[in-house]
Amino acid sequence: MIQAIVFLPLLAALVAGLGQRFIGTAASKVVTTGALFASCALSWPIFLSFLGGHAQESVTPVLHWVSSGALQFNWELRVDTLTSVMLVVITTVSALVHLYSWGYMEEDPDQPRFFAYLSLFTFAMLMLVTANNLVQMFFGWEGVGLASYLLIGFWYKKPSANAAAIKAFVVNRVGDLGFMLGIFGTFLVFNTVSIPEILAAAPGMAGSTIGFLGHRFDTMTVLCLLLFIGAMGKSAQLGLHTWLPDAMEGPTPVSALIHAATMVTAGVFMVCRLSPMFEAAPVALGVVTFVGAATCLFAATVGTTQWDIKRVIAYSTCSQLGYMFFAAGVGAYGAAMFHLFTHAFFKALLFLGAGSVIHAMHHEQDMRYYGGLRKHIPLTYWAMMAGTLAITGVGIAGVFGFAGFYSKDGILEAAYASGGGGQVAFWVGTFAALLTSFYSWRLVFLTFFGKPRWAASEHIQHAVHGDHHDHPADEHSGDDIHHAHAADAHEGTAGYHPHESPLSMLIPLGVLSVGAVFAGFLFNHQFIYPEEGMAFWKGSIAFDEHLMHAAHEVPTIIKWMPFTAMAIGLVIAWNSYIRNTALPARFVAQFGLLHKFLFNKWYFDELYNVLFVKPAFAIGRFFWKRGDEGTIDRFGPDGVAALVQGGTRLAVRLQSGYVYGYAFVMLLGLVGLASWAMVRFL
Amino acid sequence: MSGLPILSLMLAIPTVAAILCLFLEAKPARQVALAATLVDLALGIALWANFDVGGAQWQFVERADLFGRFQWALGVDGVAMMLIVLSTFLMPLCILASWESIKQRVGLYMAMFLIMEVIMIGVFAAQDLLLFYIFFEGVLIPMYLIIGIWGGQNRIYAAFKFFLYTLLGSVLMLVAMIAMIREAGTTEIPVLLNYDFPPEMQTWLWLAFFASMAVKMPMWPVHTWLPDAHVQAPTAGSMILAGVLLKMGSYGFLRFMMPMFPDASAQFLWLVFGLSMVAVVYTSLVALVQSDMKKLIAYSSVAHMAIVTAGLYAFNQQGIEGALIVMLSHGVVSAALFFCVGVIYDRLHTREISRYGGLAVNMPAYSLFFMLFTMASIGLPGTSGFVGEFLSLAGIYEASSWAAFVCTTGIILGAAYMLYLYRRIVFGELTKDDVKAMPDITPREWAIFVPLAAVALWMGVYPESFLAPMRGDVTTVVARLAPAKPAGDAHVMAGKPKAIAPHGEAHHGGGVQ
Repeated sequence: MIQAIVFLPLLAALVAGLGQRFIGTAASKVVTTGALFASCALSWPIFLSFLGGHAQESVTPVLHWVSSGALQFNWELRVDTLTSVMLVVITTVSALVHLYSWGYMEEDPDQPRFFAYLSLFTFAMLMLVTANNLVQMFFGWEGVGLASYLLIGFWYKKPSANAAAIKAFVVNRVGDLGFMLGIFGTFLVFNTVSIPEILAAAPGMAGSTIGFLGHRFDTMTVLCLLLFIGAMGKSAQLGLHTWLPDAMEGPTPVSALIHAATMVTAGVFMVCRLSPMFEAAPVALGVVTFVGAATCLFAATVGTTQWDIKRVIAYSTCSQLGYMFFAAGVGAYGAAMFHLFTHAFFKALLFLGAGSVIHAMHHEQDMRYYGGLRKHIPLTYWAMMAGTLAITGVGIAGVFGFAGFYSKDGILEAAYASGGGGQVAFWVGTFAALLTSFYSWRLVFLTFFGKPRWAASEHIQHAVHGDHHDHPADEHSGDDIHHAHAADAHEGTAGYHPHESPLSMLIPLGVLSVGAVFAGFLFNHQFIYPEEGMAFWKGSIAFDEHLMHAAHEVPTIIKWMPFTAMAIGLVIAWNSYIRNTALPARFVAQFGLLHKFLFNKWYFDELYNVLFVKPAFAIGRFFWKRGDEGTIDRFGPDGVAALVQGGTRLAVRLQSGYVYGYAFVMLLGLVGLASWAMVRFL
Repeated sequence: MSGLPILSLMLAIPTVAAILCLFLEAKPARQVALAATLVDLALGIALWANFDVGGAQWQFVERADLFGRFQWALGVDGVAMMLIVLSTFLMPLCILASWESIKQRVGLYMAMFLIMEVIMIGVFAAQDLLLFYIFFEGVLIPMYLIIGIWGGQNRIYAAFKFFLYTLLGSVLMLVAMIAMIREAGTTEIPVLLNYDFPPEMQTWLWLAFFASMAVKMPMWPVHTWLPDAHVQAPTAGSMILAGVLLKMGSYGFLRFMMPMFPDASAQFLWLVFGLSMVAVVYTSLVALVQSDMKKLIAYSSVAHMAIVTAGLYAFNQQGIEGALIVMLSHGVVSAALFFCVGVIYDRLHTREISRYGGLAVNMPAYSLFFMLFTMASIGLPGTSGFVGEFLSLAGIYEASSWAAFVCTTGIILGAAYMLYLYRRIVFGELTKDDVKAMPDITPREWAIFVPLAAVALWMGVYPESFLAPMRGDVTTVVARLAPAKPAGDAHVMAGKPKAIAPHGEAHHGGGVQ
């Protein structure tokens, strides 16, 4: 069964991708979407049986892969509790995104390619989560990277999309450098790359040292940090996060599936999968906590200033991933996975909702040109509300809460309970919760409330005047039914009428809304409660019963902290974007420098450009012109040629084409040399 | 194994066909060449199928005395066998690749390629030192002519540079070989492999061989002939140059320098690692700024070959097996990449990257193949490039974490220059009229791409088919090197035994030291 779950998407991708010419667009869409729904249907029973506690972990061999000395690894599919959680997340979101794309991508001429990439991505992601050895995990890891690259650059005519695609791949490769070195080191230490064997042996390595780059360090610290660099790349953590906002160049369904719900959480999954290893490396866990908390804060601050609706959600994703990491860092792996699980639903929902807004607004992504959309696209509005309530963590303890309420509070309580640096993470996380609430409500208020501000939008202008075909680089998914009705133009609308999205887009929004509302309430016992958690996770992660006990017993005031932060954020957002809309501008005027710093994303891109990109090209040119041509050739072959005969004369002779002559001389020389050698010496 | 002298047959068939081609018109010459290379491919596959994995080290041995101490001694071990299979696999594809683009002196051209095949098989099959030498240096002649006659504008300069570089090394190597023969009293390679040369002698023998092999690899800083040779060579010439000729240097490392001079090899470990590390970073950065497609891929070849040398000198099973897979993989993938260049060169007659752009629109099938080989080149798991790079880097890590770290940066830089190349050629708006007019790949081009793609994927998903025959040979070399092998820097040292807290407690309240 697990084979079907994993390989159906691959098969569908091949059929749709390679056979599109023969089977046509419609069939390609049916095949890929059908395969994903089948995978999804097969995944839920697995998850539910683990939830019920009567399933056992299993490893299904597929094919021999590599054996080189002691380094042996096979293609295998591992299923345990951790995998089963990922299976439902991946297949559910992917199936819904496939369906959503029927509507969203309807007018794109390249749909089979799009659906093939989506299915290919799903296959790679499934290989990642079912890996039983580090190398297969790396296969999935790079496979999702490839799919991400292809999908970010899906509109390959757009230079910005191409640049973003390359950036995503290369920045991820920086992380992969760490991952690969981590695998090499792990193999050297444990003499195996099989995950269960490594995890079993990891505690025994405490106190040993390993040489790395000329120094000796604690073994487990080095290995875990190297692997964590990989996780930082894939999960866009501070320092290696720069690719994620740019990845929004891809079509919106891609952002929902890859850059929110699944691929970017692979780093969190990896840390949880290898949690017994990280448990043996307290220093590494400290770094994980620190990086997670720093990312959480950094991304949230940037998110408060962006105008592009997708970028706000992208920074929000980055920030939420920070939560997951510091949860893992303090040892609350169950809470990290729980947030991964709920986040997949509500963040996919937010992205798809944003896609629906963009679809309605004729590809306009700038929130400055939205406003008042509540009445025009009510279903999208309610879906976005569900997502916002979930991400900001609205809920009342003991009664009911939206998904994020349980998972985020679980993380913050565990962080507080772990003491030490965990408490710092708690305060950072609580402040970030305030910011989360602020930017999320800001998004909702700017988009759905207030008066329409559409008239200033170029996209809307094009839609109204019907000349939007001049913009081939824009998202090619819109419908052409928007026509100009200048007569009944209201103030700020430019006569434009946004339409609610088609059913194929609304159904996924509905299903995900259910997830965003209930996922936390339904599953929080199994994921993070001490006893139920122990029974549910069954050793697939290093579930810390004591920590979770302590987390549930933190003081009441601490438990109310995230809620308070959320409420403050909501009030500030309401005050600035509904009550007194002049306030944000005044704030910007007052704190221009701070705003500029945040708006420009702390200048990471500029910094990296100066530090890495430009020097790489400059050094490359220097090596080529000064090194190869200016030194090696000059004193090497060219110099010899000049020396032997005088350059010009030789050049003339060479150009007159005595090629045969030279070849003949070479041949004679060769034979002569060999014969002379034999006669003379042997 | 039958008594059929299969290796001699593999040498004889292209030889006869080459002579025939000299006297034929263009069309029959092409057909004869293709037929002969296909027969050789069939024989190559038979060789592979009949190779007894785990059997004798040397198989398909043939021996006949010629004049003096000169012997016709052929035989293969797993490594040589796989390289012969690689050569025979690429050869028909090269002939097909030249089918339409070569219009002048077709008979001579085909004859040169067939001679090249003879020589390549000879290099890998030779069991006599002098026989090896003649093949090893002789391969220059047809390559030299192919570049010099059918090459681009600046072909004479390139051919001459190629010749000059290889000359010095080969003379030194011949002197070293003569010294070896006098010392050991035999020209037989299998015997020499187990002969223990005095350590001081090993040092200069190693250096003399190194001079020759480093040029052939090519290693930094004697690599500058390669970009020029590639740029000027016709497509098929580049394919075979990158595909097989570059493997001769690394084959020389593995066949001669490492097992015959183990002490010297250990002594010069720093040199090989140092040059390899420089090469990976240096040539990758140079590749990044190239505006000529062929130069870019040529520089990337130097970077890949540096992984091979470093992997070989890791002196362990993973490093050497990985290096061998990189050799095979690079043989297939770089040939494919040069063919990718050839396909569009045939249509537009320029290698300038900036002249292209937007090919995804009018050449979707081509774009797909090009993407696949790009990914294989940057070592995406599931393709051949990954298995080789991963194994060799894992081996290098054991020998030196510094070398592994520097060489692994190649995966970042490799991704950067290949994806940048791909973007400029395939993506973007299709604006130029002559580029718009380019048709997608023809059935002949499909016939070349499909086998290359199939092998690149096969080697990535199930490399055991390729690793199994070579495993025993690698074990032998590793054992031979074991006494001289220096300790790596990365090994684990047990620390003070600490009381390990029971699970769950270990972390309580902590995680943040």
